[in-house]
Amino acid sequence: MIDVYSVSQLATYLRELLETDLHLADLWVEGEISNLSRSTAGHTYFTLKDGFAQMRCVMFRRQSGAGIALENGAQVVAHGRVSFFEKRGELQLNVDFLQPAGVGIWQAQFERLKAQLEEEGLFEPSRKRPLPSFPRAIGVVTSPTGAVFHDICQIVGRRWPLAEIVLAPTPVQGDQAAPGIVDALAALNREPDIDVIILARGGGSMEELWPFNEEMVARAVYASRVPVVSAVGHETDYTIADYVADRRAPTPSAAAELVAPDRADIRRRLAGHQLAMAGWLAGQVARHHAEVERLALHLRRAGPDVHPQQERIAALLRSAMASVAQALTARRERVNGCAIQLRSLDPRSTLARGYAVVQRRADGRVVAKVGHVKARDRLDVQVSDGNFPAEVSKQYAF
Amino acid sequence: MPSEPAQSFEELFRSLEEAVAKLEEGGLPLEQALSLYEDGMRLAQRCQEMLDQAELRVTRLQEAFAAYREEGANRSLREEIGPYPEEDEPLAEG
Repeated sequence: MIDVYSVSQLATYLRELLETDLHLADLWVEGEISNLSRSTAGHTYFTLKDGFAQMRCVMFRRQSGAGIALENGAQVVAHGRVSFFEKRGELQLNVDFLQPAGVGIWQAQFERLKAQLEEEGLFEPSRKRPLPSFPRAIGVVTSPTGAVFHDICQIVGRRWPLAEIVLAPTPVQGDQAAPGIVDALAALNREPDIDVIILARGGGSMEELWPFNEEMVARAVYASRVPVVSAVGHETDYTIADYVADRRAPTPSAAAELVAPDRADIRRRLAGHQLAMAGWLAGQVARHHAEVERLALHLRRAGPDVHPQQERIAALLRSAMASVAQALTARRERVNGCAIQLRSLDPRSTLARGYAVVQRRADGRVVAKVGHVKARDRLDVQVSDGNFPAEVSKQYAF
Repeated sequence: MPSEPAQSFEELFRSLEEAVAKLEEGGLPLEQALSLYEDGMRLAQRCQEMLDQAELRVTRLQEAFAAYREEGANRSLREEIGPYPEEDEPLAEG
């Protein structure tokens, strides 16, 4: 039996055939624009051609042209999918993105995805979430080998060792990178205690950094339950992941510093709070002192013992003094250092070694030479632990 | 710190900041203010201790993310990496 199809059936078959081909659904074509026209609905029609062939193209109104002015004769690179326009029996390219030719194809792909995701709202500033002030568990998506992870651990360990670092290892370049990053992000999102994620990679060529420009990575970052800090390549490298992330850090080390608060700063804040409270208590004591006295008198007359209250206030004052003292410890230690140095210059240490200071009783003058004394002069001799009187019997010069 | 269901640093620090703010705002009966002071000092002490005693834990999610999907497990195993090398033992470049 020979089937006879209607034209509609054939057209539908062709359209479905074309539209189910993955390659035809996502491709880049380079050519020259001709027959440019715009419909009243705002759609743009043109033909892309080269020396041998041409292809009808349509660009619907809401598709961006990456801001380029369309004109006949322009050499462009178009992204889109091939479709079959049944009404006119024509094959056409539905263009969703245009770039002037000559821009590298990586760059064109980057700009296309960036424009698309921006329009979808993936870069919305209002969606950016604040980072936790004191992270408990920091997820890190990066390669398990290499300096990046090591650097992050060093910095977090120095600044905020209260946190746990949880590595979700993945390749960060090559074909396995994008799906690996997506899986790693998802795995960390399943850990209930993770409260921030660093997505990091060291520097590399645009091709090496490319996984971070993949759409699936962008969507995985967007889908993350917890804020994501991206740190890909060097300071000058921007990837799509950077635009989607809640924060972008110029380098992996900078990401670690962004995520981990500095323990020293927090210590200073704590000391400030302790001083403020001690100051408050001192103020209270001053203000209430007279009143306590007065009440104490009343109470003493009335009978009950106010001793416990006085004890408690004294104890509180002691703890206030202790915390003030703690804040001054560092300075005291410095002073102690100076004291040790001074002690070595102290004459007493000379006396301790067995030398004595001899003074004339009459006028207190220190005897440094035989000529300073004569027979029967009364003297005071000072040694390390005290002094005793003495008298000159004879003089000898060396 | 698995054996310690204690409060997190963040909770302690926030309670401390609240105590300090309340004290400085004033207007509390002395008795209440004094116990707030005692709490505040205890919190500050505890925070300092946590800062002093903290030691970074580094763990790694076990490979086989696929196991999640297959077994429907909702939590993976973490294996401890450690002790984490010190500054003078850099990891191999990779």
